[in-house]
Amino acid sequence: MTVTTNRSGISNRLLDLVPAAPAQQSRKDFTSDQEVRWCPGCGDYAILATVQGFLPDLGVARENIVFISGIGCSSRFPYYLQTYGMHSIHGRAPAIATGLATSRPDLSVWVVTGDGDALSIGGNHLLHALRRNVNLKILMFNNRIYGLTKGQYSPTSEVGKITKSTPFGSLDRPYNPVSLALGAEATFVGRSIDSDRAHLTSVLRAAAEHPGTAFVEIFQNCNIFNDGAFDPLKDRTSRDDVTLRLVHGEPLLFGAEGDKGVRRAADGSLEIVSADSPGILTHDAAAADPSLAFALSRITGDTHGVTPVGIFRNVDAPTYDEALNRQITDARERQGEGDLMSMISGGETWTID
Amino acid sequence: MSEQVRERETRRLDRVVVRFAGDSGDGMQLTGEQFTSETATFGNDLSTLPDFPAEIRAPAGTPAGVSGFQLHFSDHDILTPGDAPDVLVAMNPAALKANLKDLPPGANLIVNTDAFTSGNLKKAGYATDPLTDGTVDPYVVHRVPLTSMTVNAVHATDGGGGVNKKEAERAKNMFALGLMSWLYHRPTEGTVAFLEKKFAKRPEIAAANVAAFRAGFNYGETTESFTVTYEVAPARMKSGTYRRISGNLALSYGLVAAGELTGLPVFLGSYPITPASDILHELSKHKRFGVRTFQAEDEIAGIGAALGASFGGSLGITTTSGPGVALKSETIGLAVSLELPLVIVDIQRGGPSTGLPTKTEQADLLQAMFGRNGEAPVPIVAPRSPGDCFDAAVEAARLATKYRTPVFLLSDGYLANGSEPWLLPTRDELPDLRVEFATEPNHTGAKGPEFWPYLRDPETLARPWAIPGTAGLEHRIGGIEKSDGQGTISYDPANHDRMVRLRAAKVAGIANDIPPLEVDDPSGRARVLVLGWGSTFGPIAAGCRRVRAKGLHVAQAHLRHLNPFPANTGEVLRSYDKVLIPEMNLGQLRTLIRAEYLVDAIGYNQVRGLPFKAAELAGVLEDVINQ
Repeated sequence: MTVTTNRSGISNRLLDLVPAAPAQQSRKDFTSDQEVRWCPGCGDYAILATVQGFLPDLGVARENIVFISGIGCSSRFPYYLQTYGMHSIHGRAPAIATGLATSRPDLSVWVVTGDGDALSIGGNHLLHALRRNVNLKILMFNNRIYGLTKGQYSPTSEVGKITKSTPFGSLDRPYNPVSLALGAEATFVGRSIDSDRAHLTSVLRAAAEHPGTAFVEIFQNCNIFNDGAFDPLKDRTSRDDVTLRLVHGEPLLFGAEGDKGVRRAADGSLEIVSADSPGILTHDAAAADPSLAFALSRITGDTHGVTPVGIFRNVDAPTYDEALNRQITDARERQGEGDLMSMISGGETWTID
Repeated sequence: MSEQVRERETRRLDRVVVRFAGDSGDGMQLTGEQFTSETATFGNDLSTLPDFPAEIRAPAGTPAGVSGFQLHFSDHDILTPGDAPDVLVAMNPAALKANLKDLPPGANLIVNTDAFTSGNLKKAGYATDPLTDGTVDPYVVHRVPLTSMTVNAVHATDGGGGVNKKEAERAKNMFALGLMSWLYHRPTEGTVAFLEKKFAKRPEIAAANVAAFRAGFNYGETTESFTVTYEVAPARMKSGTYRRISGNLALSYGLVAAGELTGLPVFLGSYPITPASDILHELSKHKRFGVRTFQAEDEIAGIGAALGASFGGSLGITTTSGPGVALKSETIGLAVSLELPLVIVDIQRGGPSTGLPTKTEQADLLQAMFGRNGEAPVPIVAPRSPGDCFDAAVEAARLATKYRTPVFLLSDGYLANGSEPWLLPTRDELPDLRVEFATEPNHTGAKGPEFWPYLRDPETLARPWAIPGTAGLEHRIGGIEKSDGQGTISYDPANHDRMVRLRAAKVAGIANDIPPLEVDDPSGRARVLVLGWGSTFGPIAAGCRRVRAKGLHVAQAHLRHLNPFPANTGEVLRSYDKVLIPEMNLGQLRTLIRAEYLVDAIGYNQVRGLPFKAAELAGVLEDVINQ
């Protein structure tokens, strides 16, 4: 396997195991010949365009990139990329990708999933992929609704959601995906918005640079069944007042005038205060302890009138794949390559003439 | 030598069945395994049947907690662990109660009298002492105060300073093993070496066990209770090198071998489940072969990871039992659709649901055959004996990689835990299963060379296996129906009909790539064929022997491939007046045979969690022959 340094500057110790692209690639190199079949106006188009635009920057050979998805609108994603891809079954993409990533360190493996796929039917696999820190980049498109089954409430829908399956309003409380991922001690957790190409690209780039599982929640508009779910975050006049952009090493300030900030409240949670208040926190995504990241994840539009986007947590930790492959290398160094015939003869044999 | 010993008779037997039974904590499995090891070293043919409860430690002293180990050994080749014991070692009243019904009158019964306390009798459900109330009168009873003699022997050796009383008592299974080793003239060096190795870190425990083992042996030598000892000469077996092997170990080795023979790294995705976990344990040891084992969060993730690894060019394997197969069904369907190699190992146990986790059954055949949505054919391979699990695993991997398909390997609890001598294959006898990945485009389109992931090999109908990392062959596959050849999403009605038929034809075509069904009919005059599959081979063959010894004629055939059946199966079935199919289910193979060949086969079906007995099947055969 050729170990190369990356051409575009994106690098980590695991990505360096993936062969580099022989020449500069373009967005066109990553566009498959398949007709894109999302509803007109779907947020997925914007995400696809951003990913296709970003992949050349990854700088690795196209044939060494694999996208694996589950079931749902978002999971059609792999068909539209000229990489290797698998459109699998509902909720299981993280498990399938785990097998691929751990057995092929020379691949860059991405999972595309949705709020229903990742958090409902596949919730268990997501948690365990995050806890193991497998070298996967998981992009979860959160539209807070079931789209492909035509509009039932999802595990991220707000309580009281009126849908076809909940004509009197949904009853169960939604997951906060970022809190969930941090609860599983995910080593990289980010959040971005479908329509903000520059921001999404920056989060994807950071995810790619992270050795281990990167979980990225992408707010995605479903214009058919849940239109406008993220409008306040997109509206040019309101967005700066309701978006807290997390930048590592920078003070936690937001607002059109930068007039609001985040600090610790007496009970240990975070509170929104005016920017000139004492104790404004500085964002530290690299903190080994996930407490601050978790506290930030508890700031939501519903509870605080502001939504954090960016990278909540980004820490380097041993990955499952490296550890598993090291056990193999170590066993071979210690005991030599396996010999089939001596293995099967085992300890006690006898011979009959 | 004392006078008694000189006077003692040594009787030569051609075969013996022994059973050790005690509480789950009494070490009966270890005792049985070690007696088996001595017997294998001696050169007898043998077959074993461990029988233990699902609970790790059921209430001590109760029949529910009884653990047993039966061994059949002989001077000729044998096929089953034996119907009824010639000697039963009962370590406590519960073990006696649970096992006495299997003991034929006149058989030897060795009981640990120390355990027959009023408390233990009550726990076992005995109102009166079976040793004095006439219960054991039909047997040759050897009353041995096993526990106290063990403690005395251990403390005599270590002067009372080595281990405490409880630890000394725990060595009583070795006293029993020593006595049995003496009674059947077993070699003892192996056991002493085994104990010293097993307890290397606790030399005082090793010494206590060796002392108990020797004391048991010497007790036999000096007691007057035994007037006869027994010899079973080594068996005349095919020349070659042998080892003793259990089904799960042989199956594990077969999977490692399959990796070597295909040239593919093995990836096992698995979730612990009885009685399959031992395969996960075993494969996790073989990292130096490049074997990756992944203990997943659940059954679904286990098979999912294996399938993901297959996509990347590994030999993907998942191991489970029936309840796990149920959870994996959707992923198996995906593997059918993706047409990627995958080996699904199902160590069948009693069902439905949790059923009988530690007992055997072969009731997953129809689940393996049909347990998926849509038309989703999967080849099925079933081993017939513990040693055969090796070859069956290699065969499953051969079919999976050659035909790019998931393959079921249906073993069961009896094969998994049972053991027998295994004639080791030589390297030359193993097949070359090397796999070639696609490296070049296989189609010329309007814009030049293209890769079509579903363009099939005309002979096998297998699609090309192009693994990520291969430049120019980038493609997407998924569970949605694909267009024939090009492999893009297609909802075209005619295409779906064609793809369903192609997938079916691919699996059906395997019939031309497997050996024909062989019939064993020594006299050539049989009118009755007995057909089996899987672990019933031994009992069926033993039953046939008994029937033939009486001058009756019966033919035997045994299926290794259940889907598809060998090409000549219909012809074989139709050439007999009657076809009898014994199964440890309610007639699953019979259902398939009737449907496929319109042959009105007769079923003999038992689901007791235990293998058939040879005598039982001989009786059934005789009835069918004489009807």
